[in-house]
Order: sequence, then structure tokens, then C-alpha cells
Amino acid sequence: MRMPQPNDNPGNSGGVAARSSLGGAELREGSDTVEGEDHRPQPAAAPGVTRAPEIAAGHDAEEPTHPTKVDVRGLNLWYGETQALFDVSLRIPEKDVTALIGPSGCGKSTFLRCINRMNDLIPSVAIQGQLLLDETDVYGPDVDVVQLRSRVGMVFQKPNPFPKSIYENIAYAPRIHGLAKKGAEMDELVETSLRKAGLWKEVSDRLSMPGTALSGGQQQRLCIARAIAVNPDVILMDEPASALDPVATATIEELIDELRSNYTIIIVTHNMQQAARVARYTAFFHLGEVIEYDDTDTIFTNPRQKRTEDYITGRFG
Amino acid sequence: MSTGQVILSFLAGLLPLALLAYGLGRRRALAVAGGQDRALHSRPGFYGWYAVVLMAVPAVAMALLATLLDLLGLIDAPATLILAAALALAAGGLWAAERTIQPGLRARNIVEGAVRWLLITAASVSILTTLGILLSILFEAMRFFQMVSVWEFLTGTTWSPDTAFLGGAGRGGEGQAEAEFGSVPLFAGTFMITAIAMAVALPIGLLSAIFLSEYAPPRVRGAVKPALEVLAGIPTVVYGFFAAITVAPLVVDVATALGLDASYQNALTPGIVMGIMIIPFVSSLSDDVISAIPMSMREGSFALGATPSETIKHVLLPAALPGVVSAFILAISRALGETMIVVMAAGLRPNLTANPLESMTTVTVRIVDALTGDQEFSSPETLSAFGLGLVLFLVTLILNTVSLTIVRRFHEKYE
Amino acid sequence: MAAPNLQAEKRIRQRYRRERRFKALCVGAILLSVLFLVFFFTDIIQRGYTAFYQAQIQVDVTYTERTVNLPPAAVDSEVRPFVSRGWLRQLPDHVEQDPGLMGQTVTRWVTADAPVGQYLKGKHSGLTEEQKATVDRLREAGRIELAFNSHFFTRGDSKMAEMAGIKSAVVGTILTLAVTMAVAFPIGVMSAVYLEEFATDNRFTRFIEVNINNLAAVPSILYGLLGLAIFINFMGVPRSSALAGGLTLALMTLPIIIITTRAALRAVPDSIREGAFGVGASRLQMVSHHVLPLSLPGILTGSIIGLAQAMGETAPLLLVGMMAFIPAAPEGVTDAATVLPAQVYTWASMPQRAFDELTAAGILVLLAVLLTLNATAVLLRKRFERRW
Repeated sequence: MRMPQPNDNPGNSGGVAARSSLGGAELREGSDTVEGEDHRPQPAAAPGVTRAPEIAAGHDAEEPTHPTKVDVRGLNLWYGETQALFDVSLRIPEKDVTALIGPSGCGKSTFLRCINRMNDLIPSVAIQGQLLLDETDVYGPDVDVVQLRSRVGMVFQKPNPFPKSIYENIAYAPRIHGLAKKGAEMDELVETSLRKAGLWKEVSDRLSMPGTALSGGQQQRLCIARAIAVNPDVILMDEPASALDPVATATIEELIDELRSNYTIIIVTHNMQQAARVARYTAFFHLGEVIEYDDTDTIFTNPRQKRTEDYITGRFG
Repeated sequence: MSTGQVILSFLAGLLPLALLAYGLGRRRALAVAGGQDRALHSRPGFYGWYAVVLMAVPAVAMALLATLLDLLGLIDAPATLILAAALALAAGGLWAAERTIQPGLRARNIVEGAVRWLLITAASVSILTTLGILLSILFEAMRFFQMVSVWEFLTGTTWSPDTAFLGGAGRGGEGQAEAEFGSVPLFAGTFMITAIAMAVALPIGLLSAIFLSEYAPPRVRGAVKPALEVLAGIPTVVYGFFAAITVAPLVVDVATALGLDASYQNALTPGIVMGIMIIPFVSSLSDDVISAIPMSMREGSFALGATPSETIKHVLLPAALPGVVSAFILAISRALGETMIVVMAAGLRPNLTANPLESMTTVTVRIVDALTGDQEFSSPETLSAFGLGLVLFLVTLILNTVSLTIVRRFHEKYE
Repeated sequence: MAAPNLQAEKRIRQRYRRERRFKALCVGAILLSVLFLVFFFTDIIQRGYTAFYQAQIQVDVTYTERTVNLPPAAVDSEVRPFVSRGWLRQLPDHVEQDPGLMGQTVTRWVTADAPVGQYLKGKHSGLTEEQKATVDRLREAGRIELAFNSHFFTRGDSKMAEMAGIKSAVVGTILTLAVTMAVAFPIGVMSAVYLEEFATDNRFTRFIEVNINNLAAVPSILYGLLGLAIFINFMGVPRSSALAGGLTLALMTLPIIIITTRAALRAVPDSIREGAFGVGASRLQMVSHHVLPLSLPGILTGSIIGLAQAMGETAPLLLVGMMAFIPAAPEGVTDAATVLPAQVYTWASMPQRAFDELTAAGILVLLAVLLTLNATAVLLRKRFERRW
């Protein structure tokens, strides 16, 4: 059986592309009022920031306000003796795209991997602070990583399809989580997932082909489809297009745009143009700290911190 | 003079000559350069080596050739004659070197060329070894198959060579049973014991590898891996003794307790012990292939919310399958050729049965038995060892080739 | 977070159960191997350690014309069955060495017959009840005791367990392995240097590579057939000699040395080679001045591993006749010889019970040497391992 999509939008099936602009609206009303407990900037926290006109145009009164999906409070992380994250606090709103940018080694990927506890795989990691997903601490004592990860999907830097057929790549996770019965139900789920990832047309006639035989961009979309198949709330993307050519990158970006209305997407990228293109909000990481977090336009056009400006304008990084 | 003494005196003569040649060559080079070693094309030492090459190469080549011809019976030269001729040739070479050393002589290039050829010769020894194994077995096996038809050998179900020597000695009487060389019971025994060994080694070896590569914390891994290596380092003769004296009575006791009748030379005992011997072999090869699977596969699966065992069963094992299969094939080839355990713990009696508690014998047991007895070398029984050896060689060669091909493909895939 | 529904909860629990079961299976497999290792060593040590001491008996030995010709008469008939016949046979030698002994009666501790030792060690001895009582009495009188078995280390093989030792096998092993390494080490290293540093990637090279990998997996007994047919029958090397055995083992060890040496050479980074070429070194100079010295620890490690493997090998040696009965240590590579594993095999097939513990003790010596060799290899690797 398929889990009901908790925030399923009835108008979901149609014009997905339109959603990206719609999504922009809620942010104004969304978190306007929220000011972080600490001094760190919060998304859209500063009122009166000028917005790019096209986003403002998308402002629509009927759009519901988006609550916080991931709430990070004073997160510190150590690799053995070395501290990699310093007191990170962020509020990531639901159903939109948040980008994490910064020079390499700044801790953005490390932070991303905290959200689905992928850092658990490294024995020397120690974590302190709170990371709330829907108000439940991800690092709480009774949280089950297996369940957590079925709610927080992840797409990696290099496409990593399993050495199985395309069909099996998608069916694997629903099967282990018991989300669909073998046969027609599973076939349908595979098809839906591939459609959502925009891959269906390309592969519908060769589902039994190994996933590794696809092109790089197709492989990455297969990995996105694989993540979607268990119907997660959050999808983490760790530089999903860095190993791809420009055309494939554009396809992936379009896909992210289509997915934003249904999933909370957090994307790490070293490519600032990409952040500007796909993300509603952007957090700038430097040396393990969040320097600035605001909506993307503010970050790129009117950063409040000197370091953000230096990075944006290419003075370092 | 015995062969050993000839070789010894040859080497004993050559070494001082080489030293002499090096010293003379070097001195000569410096002399022709008028003490100015910058005037020489190569460093003075190379002229020394040049003299050594000119002195040694023809002498050694001649000695080897003459010995080979002598062994083949093409010429009949006493060892002392060959020795004297070789030493004379060495002196001649040395004289030629002295004559040819000039400042412009490219001694380094010549020495480097000679070294290259020396290395090529060394590398060819491995080919000669394969050729040697193949030819020596083939040659004697042909003699065997002149006496026993290949068809009878491969399909016959009775192996009773014991009377063959009587016939060979011209004493085969009327009532004498004819010697038979049907190898089916031997191969059946071999495959039975191999199958038991693999039934022990594959699951334990594979699960051990999974534990080591996926579950074990580094400290446990660091302690357990050497322990498995110790298991691999125990000589087979030791396993054989252990099988015969400790495991066999155990197996018989257990069988008796279960109301079964077991021979002390049952096939189960060598099978189990051989399996244990092969565990580290399977586990280290499987560990290699499982560890070679990129981390991204594990991450991809964990990120979807799979448990470690689900990741292992559904992602890692299918990915590692070619490598595991190749390890398995290599292990089979090893079990087929294993000798000491079966010689000491399995029976001598060819027995075509499916009951692993009965005594049965294997190909390798019969090879050892045929060649360690007091038989005349050209008797059919002795030569039958080479017939069996030929089949063993071909089977293991095929298995090894298949396995190596699979594993190479696997590593290419993940590089 | 929405309340997780019951069915999903149940499924998670089931998945975790499976996870635990699978992990337990893996741990079980490892434990089984380790348990076997413990069982094996306990068993062998238990069987073998008793061979390191043996029974001695105090007797009055009378040296006369008659006893030299008929040694058993030299000792009292009461203790006669308990004195080693092997020792008695040496009586004439005693007189020859020290003619002053003639006509004297000397009280001395001599080697007891093997069953006495077996009885004292609490093993099945084959002594009659009456004999057992006598032995007990003599022991209480302090005339029979267990002492260190020096014969085990100082004597060669013997048909009498109390007189048998590993000395000739040890000498044979050293001679055989000397031949093996003298042949396999230089040829192996030269082959590896050629393949790794000189050869271009052509058909010939690839053929050699495939060939070496195959050779490494050829059953060892086939090397025995090769040794028998080529070295003994064709080249006329004496059968049972350390030379025949050593050459056979050399061919068997060659692939191991080549493969490990190549790995050691490959571990030297190309920057070293480029650096050497950059200052105008020739290829030979580059290899002999830079690459070989840097990879020497790796090459030695590989050679020790190959040596250890050759040392434990038995099957091919049986076929070249190295399981002969060798009471006196061989003096050269062409003398008939035996090696430790072959000695173990010979003893294992002896019918007398007393040989069981000798076999196990021989195994203990063999394992001790092999473990030392392998530990040396590991230490060498750890000590000199260099991360580039």
C-alpha cells in the first residue's frame, strides 16, 4: 500500500512548472514574523528587503503559509578532534528549495548529511545541538534512522544507481519499506516515480536495462526517482549536478523546479548561478559557520555580511 | 664428476672470472681515456660490466646448449669437456672485450641491452614452467593412453590397477583379473569431497567476509583477519593429520550416535577439514571484492532507509556477485587439487557411492599412491598418475582462467 | 510527526529482527572459524607437548665381550624390557669411544623404551599389568623418571619412537629451501622488474601475466609430476635429494614472488621514476638506484611469504621421493633428504602410538617456524610500509 502523501496538493497533477513562482509567495507572509533565538539571520527574517519583481509578482493571497520543516538549533559537529560545524542554526521552510552555498570544505555537505544522519556511518563523528524535523529531534533517543531516512531522501554528488535494472532501482526502496505489493501496484509506483523524475518517456521501453547503462544525467534523474519512490517529505541533494554536463544540469534544475511544490528540497551547490536559479532561500556557509541566511535574492543582491559579498562577487572561494 | 659438482665448479670458475673481467675492463677503459674518465662515453664501471657480459654470455650460452643437447642424447660430451670449452670461451670473450674498449664505445647501451635480455630470459622461466608441466604430463600420459584407451579411462567405472604390474612383469596368469583403469569412481570421490568442502567454505567464508567488511569495527577486524590468515598458513599435511586423528573419530562417533554406519576413512572428514582450510581463501577474496564496491552504493541504499543487512543482500552482494563467483571457482579448483588432506584422511579404495560416510578415494590420492610405490616407472599403474594429472591440470586450468577473467572484468567495472 | 500507523511499526520491528538475525549469522561464521582455530591448536598442543620429554631409566650396564655382541644382555633381565633397544644398539659404539669401559659395570640413566614413556604420560602403552606394576615400583624407587627429550632435536628419523628426532628433517628443510630461494628469488625479482619496469604492454607481456596468474593456481601436486618427469627422469637429478625438491618448490614459489614483487614495484610512485629520468639516469640506473631500494621491504616480505608457503608444502615433495627414511642428516644438496612436513607425514603413518605425539610435536615445531616467518613478514611490512 502506498503511504498517503501528507501534504498532497490536489492540483498537483497539472502545470507543475507554474508552481515555482507560486511558491515564492508564501515566503513573504511565511516566516516574516519569526526571529531566531540567537542572532543568526533567519530566512526572510528581515522585513523590508527588496525582492526581485518577478517573485513579488507571483505573490498570491490564496497560498498557505509554509511552516518550518527542519529547525536546526546550535548544531556542533566534530570529526574526531576537529570541529567541522560551529553552532549552526537554521529554519528551513516546508515545500520549497533551500540552497546551501559556500567554498569547498565549509561544512555544507557535512551539514546536509546531518539531516538524514548519514554521518552516523562515520564512527568518529560527534554531534551536539538540536536538529528538529517536524518538531522531533532527529538525534533523539527513540528516533529510528531507517524510518528517518525513508522520510528524508538523498541524492548524491555522483549518480550512484545500483547495479540492477532501472525497474529494480526504483522498486528497491518501496519493497524494503513495504510500500507497494509486487505486480501491478509496484509497476504503477515505478511509473509514477519515473514520471515525476521526468525520466519515464526516455526509459519506459527498457525498464529491465541496467541503471548503470544510462547517461550521467539520466542516472541522476533515476536516483531522484529512486528517492521519490518512497514518498519522502524532504529531499537532500548534495551537488546533484556537479558531475553532469550543462544540458543535463539544466534538465535536473527544471526537475527540481517541478518538485518544489511537493517536497522540501535542500540542495548543496558550489555553483552560485545554480543556487540563484533554483533556490528560494540560500544559506552561506563558511568555515563551518552559517554566515548569512536569507532569501536567495537578498543574498545575491544585497548581502548584509561582508564575507557573503566577497564570496558572491568571487573574491574568494 | 656428478652433475652437482659440474655446476658447482662452473659457477666457481665463472665468479672469479667475472670479478677479473670487471676489474680489467674498468682499468682498460681508464687507460684508453688517459685517466680522463670524462672522455669516455659511459661511466668506467659500465666498461667493467661490458667485459663481464662479453666474457660470460657466450660461455654460459654454450654450456647450457651443450648440456641440453647432451641430455637429449644428441651429442655425447663428457661434462669436463663442456666445462673446459666454456672456460676457454670465457677467456676468449674477455680478450675480445679488452681489444674493443675505446673511449667512444657505448658500453652503457650494450650493458643495458644485455640486462634487458637477462630479464626477458628470467620472465620466460614462468612460461617454460607451464610448458614443462604440460609437456611432462602430456608425454607420460600419452604412454599411458597407448596402453589404456582414453574412452575406457574416462568412462570406466572400475579402477583396479593393482594387478597391472604382474602383467608388466610378464607374470599375468590365466586366472589373473585384468587391470582396469576406469577413472569415474576417482572423479566421483574427488567431486564429492570438493562439494562437501565448498558447502562448508562458501557460507562461512562469505559470511565472514561480510562481517569483516560491513559490520566489524576496525579493532575487531584487525584482530580477526590475522587469525583467519593463520588458518590459511597451516600446512596441508597438518590439516591431514588433524583430520585423520581428531576429526575422523568425531565424525564416526556422531554418525554412530545418529544410528549411521561410518567408515574411519569417510569422505565427510576430509571434506569438512578441506572446507575449513578454504574458508580464509574464500573470505579474503570475497572481502576484497565487497570492499572494492564504491562507498556510494552503500550510501545510496542507506539514504533510502535500508538496514545494513538489506543493503548487503540487495545491493552489495548482487554487485559483488562476479567477484564472489570467481572466488568460489578458484576455491573449487583448489579443493580439486588438494592432496595431503585426502591422502591422509580419505581412503585408497575407489568407491562409486553417494554416501559421504563411506570410504572413497580421489584423483590426487591415486596419483600419490601410484608414484610413491615401488613400481617400475613404465608400468601402467605408475603412468596412470600422469593420465589423472593431465585431466586435473586441464580442469583446474579452465577453472582458473574462467575465474581470473571474471574477476578482471569485475575490477575494470569499478575502476 | 504523524502518529506512525501500527502496520508500519510492525514492519519496522520485523525488519530489525531480520537485521539482527543476519548479523548474528555473520558473527557466528567468524566465531566458528575462530573456534576451530582454538580447537585445532589446543588439540595439537595437547597431543604434542608430551613428546618434549621422555622416560629415562637407571640401569647397571655391564660392558663385556659378550654384551657388546649381544647388547640386551648388558642390563638386568628385570629392567630389560624397559630399556630402549635403540639405545642398547649403541653399546658397541660406547666401547669403541672409550675402551676403558670394557669389563666394567656402570650405573647410568638411559633412554627407556617408548611404551614406558607412554604409560608414564597416562597414554595407551600396550604394557601388561605386570609390567605396569614393575614400572610403578621402579618409579617410586626413583629409577624411572621423565626428562627432557633431547633426542627429538639431536637425532634423525628412527623406527623406534624414543630414538626418533627431527634433526635430519630440519637440515633437509634448510638445504631444500636454500635451493628454492637461490633459484626462485633472483628469477622472480628479475621477472617482476622486467614486467613492471621494462616491458611494454604487448602480447608477449600479457601472455606472461596470464600465465603467471594461472601458475599461481595450479595444484601443487602437478609441480611434483613436473619435478619427477623433468628434473629426475630427464635431467638426472638424484631422486629424494634436496636439489630435486628445492628446484620443484622453486618453480612453485616463483609466481608468488613475481606477483608480490610486482605489487611492491607498483607501489613506488612514478614521480620517483620521472625524477630519476629527469636527471639523465638510464632505465637500468633508475631501477637499480631508486625503484629497487625503495621496494626492497615489499620484495622481502613477499619472498618470506613465498618461503613460508614452500616450507609447508608436502605433496610435490612426496612425488620426487622426499619422504624417504633418513636417519642421518644429509650433507649436501644431492644427498637423500627429507623435510619437516614430509617427516610429519611419515610419522603420521607409523603404526606405533608413540609416533602420534612425535607427529604432533613435529607439527608444533613446523607451525612455530611458519608463524615466526609470517609474523616477520607482517612486521617488516608494518615497519617499512611507506605511504606515498
